[in-house]
Amino acid sequence: MSILVIAEHDNSLLKAETLKTVNAAQKIGGDITLLVTGFNCQSVVDAASKVNGVSKVLVCDNAVYEHQLAENVSLLVTDLAADYEHILATALTTGKNFMPRVAALLDVAQISDIIDVESSDTFVRPIYAGNAIATVQSLDNKKVITVRTTGFDAVATDGNAEIVILDTVTDAGISSHVSDELTVSERPDLGAASVIISGGRGMQNGDNFKLLDGIADKLGAAIGASRAAVDAGFVPNDMQVGQTGKIVAPDLYIAVGISGAIQHLAGMKDSKVIVAINKDPEAPIFQVADYGIVADLFDALPELQSKL
Amino acid sequence: MKVLVPIKRVIDYNVKVRVKPDHSDVDLTNTKMAINPFCEIAVEEAVRLKEAGIATEIIAVSIGNKSCQEQLRTALALGADRAIQIDTDESLDALNIAKLLQKVVEEEQPQLVILGKQSIDSDNNQTGQMLAALTGMPQGTFASVVKIEGDKVNVTREVDGGLQTVALTLPAIVTTDLRLNEPRYASLPNIMKAKRKPLVVKPAVDFDVDLTARTKLLKVTPPAERKAGIVVESIDELVEKLKNEAKVIS
Repeated sequence: MSILVIAEHDNSLLKAETLKTVNAAQKIGGDITLLVTGFNCQSVVDAASKVNGVSKVLVCDNAVYEHQLAENVSLLVTDLAADYEHILATALTTGKNFMPRVAALLDVAQISDIIDVESSDTFVRPIYAGNAIATVQSLDNKKVITVRTTGFDAVATDGNAEIVILDTVTDAGISSHVSDELTVSERPDLGAASVIISGGRGMQNGDNFKLLDGIADKLGAAIGASRAAVDAGFVPNDMQVGQTGKIVAPDLYIAVGISGAIQHLAGMKDSKVIVAINKDPEAPIFQVADYGIVADLFDALPELQSKL
Repeated sequence: MKVLVPIKRVIDYNVKVRVKPDHSDVDLTNTKMAINPFCEIAVEEAVRLKEAGIATEIIAVSIGNKSCQEQLRTALALGADRAIQIDTDESLDALNIAKLLQKVVEEEQPQLVILGKQSIDSDNNQTGQMLAALTGMPQGTFASVVKIEGDKVNVTREVDGGLQTVALTLPAIVTTDLRLNEPRYASLPNIMKAKRKPLVVKPAVDFDVDLTARTKLLKVTPPAERKAGIVVESIDELVEKLKNEAKVIS
């Protein structure tokens, strides 16, 4: 069997999540090809060629792919699809955007957000915000799949795959990129961080999120937020951890002033160790926390920072 | 311009779903149902476009059995002009839903289709993108701002790491994210008025679409429970536990 994995990157860095998607491909089993589609993305190609388990890296380096527009990328992937039984992308915003388009163009269903592989046609995925786990069999000849990376470990990067340059250009001509407004941060991405500290409605306002900075600095942590904190306008939506935000599973997750709504738990309950700081002893977050401390966060955070 | 808003009836987002004892599916018996939250945001966006004088007619469409008429009436009460129920008792794959919607798009010729980015039951996040592919339209998924400018729509998208704005040639597909708007509550007079707005029922089998299932649900299980943890008395104790027991910090 042959498997095509589409690399997730920003034209300069190959995202760590791709290493986990390749692991999912290995579990399916077969010859794995990694597709790098972007513009001026040689550093990504170099990194991609070192991903273990990948036999070939296909490269489509053209301005029409610079911003991963779904209309253009989906045409390219559909063009390449004939040679593969499985097509996998990471279930991040880029993959979620173009993959269903690929599936529809190929006239097959998509299996979204798989967290485990049972066989080459049967996959495990969370439904109802992770409150139920479904085992789903694909009845199509070709499987189009997005991979939730919290379910898979990253493969190593000491491989040496063959690089094949393609000159395919697929421009649908119906969409164009206008601008990006990316959050500039020295901190790791939520998806890649091994430690995450998140604030909820209990933070009271956006300014108070600065109380998390010192702790995040000491732990090398990413900073997240609950939907309640985003809805209240404290912080931007790209910090949101939850069913409708980012799904994370770091080694350590510290929930500060977060009550633990179903929709937040769905995004973080697979974390290895969960710490909850909340002044309400009845808060549902304590039911999933390994270590809870009932305290006012405005006392607890400075103390925690000083003692780390 | 005409705006089409496909909506879905789902479990109310405040209700925690139960898995059936035989693990065949989830148990929705006597469960409170509602319009999918992202679909509600889609209806609201369409209504705002109408209030801004951009949209001229809003058509809500839902695929399901008679009970989804309740959610279509909700959409009508929020400001949709008319509704279509595509009647089926089957639980359809997103691809087949998209194919039925494609037929509605061909018939109604909307300039804009606004859908929720995902439903909170199957959590697929597929239908909008699939409909875009089938109709050959561009897509602005996970939208937080939608601006019609001439024959284009500018969509600001919630992406990993921030926001991305794309310009799409109309007709186009938009899928909603949380921050696009805050849906209004339907007023009592509007709820009454909605009862008289047109709602057409069309059997799914009349659409000349092959609705054969593409996936098979083998089983549904509850997620692994986390073991209850401990409450520590002080920050000192917490730091000690994290260092020496959990070994997640050094």
